[in-house]
Amino acid sequence: MDFNDTQEEAKFRTEVRSWLEKNAKQRDPEAAKVGRSEKSEADRLVRAKEWQAKKAEAGYAAITWPTEFGGLGGTSIQSVIYSQEESAFEVPRGFFEIGLGMCIPTMMKWATKEQNDRYVKPALYGEEVWCQLFSGLRTKAEKDGDEWVINGQKVWTSGAHFCDYGIIVTRSDPTVPKHKGLTFFFLDMKTPGIEIRPIKQMSGDSGFNEVFFNDVRIPDSQRLGDVGEGWKVSLTTLMNERLAIGQGSGVDYEELLKLARDTELENGPAIKDSNVREKLADWYVQSQGLKYTKFRTLTALSKGQVPGAESSIGKIVSGPKMQDLASFAMDMQGQGGIMQDVEESPMAGAFQNQWIGAAGYRIAGGTDEILRNIVSEQVLGLPQDIRVDKKVPFNELASGKK
Amino acid sequence: MNFDFSDDQKMLKDQARKFLDDKCTLADVRKVLESDASHDDDVWKGLCELGFTGAAIPEAYGGLGLGALELCVLAEELGRSVAPVPFSSSIYLAAEALRLFGSEAQKQKWLPQLASGDMIGTLAATEGAQAPSPNSVKASFSKGQLSGTKVPVADGETASVAIVLVITGGTGEQALSLAVVDLTHESVTRSPINTIDPTRGHAEIVFDATPAEILGKEGEGWDAYKRVEAGAAVLVAFEQVGGAEAALNMAKEYALDRYAFGRQIGSYQAIKHKLADMYVKLELARSNCYYGAMALAQETSDLEIAAATARISGTEAYRFAAQENIQVHGGIGFTWEANPQFHYRRSKLLALSLGSASRWKDRLVTELEKSNVA
Repeated sequence: MDFNDTQEEAKFRTEVRSWLEKNAKQRDPEAAKVGRSEKSEADRLVRAKEWQAKKAEAGYAAITWPTEFGGLGGTSIQSVIYSQEESAFEVPRGFFEIGLGMCIPTMMKWATKEQNDRYVKPALYGEEVWCQLFSGLRTKAEKDGDEWVINGQKVWTSGAHFCDYGIIVTRSDPTVPKHKGLTFFFLDMKTPGIEIRPIKQMSGDSGFNEVFFNDVRIPDSQRLGDVGEGWKVSLTTLMNERLAIGQGSGVDYEELLKLARDTELENGPAIKDSNVREKLADWYVQSQGLKYTKFRTLTALSKGQVPGAESSIGKIVSGPKMQDLASFAMDMQGQGGIMQDVEESPMAGAFQNQWIGAAGYRIAGGTDEILRNIVSEQVLGLPQDIRVDKKVPFNELASGKK
Repeated sequence: MNFDFSDDQKMLKDQARKFLDDKCTLADVRKVLESDASHDDDVWKGLCELGFTGAAIPEAYGGLGLGALELCVLAEELGRSVAPVPFSSSIYLAAEALRLFGSEAQKQKWLPQLASGDMIGTLAATEGAQAPSPNSVKASFSKGQLSGTKVPVADGETASVAIVLVITGGTGEQALSLAVVDLTHESVTRSPINTIDPTRGHAEIVFDATPAEILGKEGEGWDAYKRVEAGAAVLVAFEQVGGAEAALNMAKEYALDRYAFGRQIGSYQAIKHKLADMYVKLELARSNCYYGAMALAQETSDLEIAAATARISGTEAYRFAAQENIQVHGGIGFTWEANPQFHYRRSKLLALSLGSASRWKDRLVTELEKSNVA
């Protein structure tokens, strides 16, 4: 047992590191954890596009893609090694993950050669940004000659406001049960009739959008897969959700330990309080458990195996932990814990920021409850929930709040 | 990255599993529960014959000279089968204490017999209903003789040799030493003691001017004891992982078999989510155990942290799986004839046998304060 790279992995890591050293700046870990980016999103996007072009030129933008699509034809473990190394550098993130991780792989599988020749490279080089329009299965598509007319609304679309293209799943036949009757397309986000409205979260950020479609016309050539087979196409997209290998962000036990050292309670320093010590130990143990679980996943990838089911536990543990740890740290600050203030709050309000954000983290990308369903059904083999909607035509289903 | 056991170690694990699946079923464990036997002697002899007891004992002392990683895979299988055998007392504790701190003569005298299983060993630290500490230990050693009472002592009735935590004079931690004692001496009185888990024998041992020798250095017994505990904590954590997985599987099978209100109870989210939580705790514990195994095998400087981390999550995983397994079973789950009781009993025994989780959490934070993580 060891944490060492194989010879080939070590060689790849050295190559990657020396390329990063030449092309990017080392990250200050403290600043990144606590502080917020002061630059506007538009400025960050410009920087991100420049960085993406450099990365693509060097072959690191899509390590596992085949070379014919501009990838490196590399392995999953190489991709992980690149991410590990890149995380030590200050590079823009958060703009291309969905496009390159989900949208373009779907295009590569279902679009024509001409379409891929047109779209893959600009996406890889960061010239065009993609989003996926999935949530909201009531969005209709009706055939009109060689065109489709789309009406309805999608929600929770990350980054729709800065994206150039999107992939969308629509309901083309409401008279058949839920997973039948879907059709999949890609489209230009500037197509007339598309209106994007940001959703302001309780944190004050607006990372997601509602996207409205009002008689949006797109040619049939932009259909991916057969009419009514949209669910099948969606599955390729969802299967491409990247392995969550990156280090969790945010405040964790180290910051809590520091806070406990700096905070005076009624009976002495918080770090001497047995309740504080017990909680610190619990969260340390959970953090380490997640870290070593990732190492087990990496071991499987390194051996060219498919990772085991253990990789599914990450967010079930980290979501509530983020929330509980932040809440506990605020409790430790007494009434002062209500302050979310860069000057007055310990660590510039990092615990308060995390407490607000974690409520959403437990929901986005699969709620705690859905993730437990997935573990119990797909890992433990328990029966699926009874689906009262399985054989009912879509247009006869109860939905939303009634 | 090679954070996994080797193929040879996995083969050893399979071999242990096959043997225990065959010879140590829950029906066999039940025989020990329902009798006065301190352990299942057939299973114990079988484990000895397979060489498992000698796995981590150096070849010079009659063992196979493998290492901690081999013991870890064996521990997981012993835990899975709730094995009613003195393996942990004899190997993780007594043999490891002798291997780490014994003089050449002491190793020559005891290790070959522990390796072959001809003799059972144990560790005796606790004196009644409080955790042993520099302030609470009363058993004393002077001029080659040991006097005092240790209770409960795992396998205290059947063991022939014990490593005993004693006072040798002075104050605080420096007052403590480890002693090695022949339990077959006539001055030793032993009587069985009732515990929450009768599948593992425990006894009260009274020493009355019993001949004994210091193990390691006099006055360094507390640190030595903690080092032995840390190693055993990793191994017991593997037992806890094995036990937690077995309890989860038992709960899962019942949830698939049992129907209520016209559905398998395993189709209700209240049950599904409970089982998912068991799985999550199990996998966290397993991952922490792997790191504990690596730290133990390589004797890294953070062994104390790694051991505490493995132990805390192992204890939590088995506690939760064992108690919720009964809950999933409903009424049948708390009957004498049903099997969930084995895990419920064993999980608490293992949770306390090397000190409670809260004590280990305190130990862990003490180490974190010392290290440079913050």
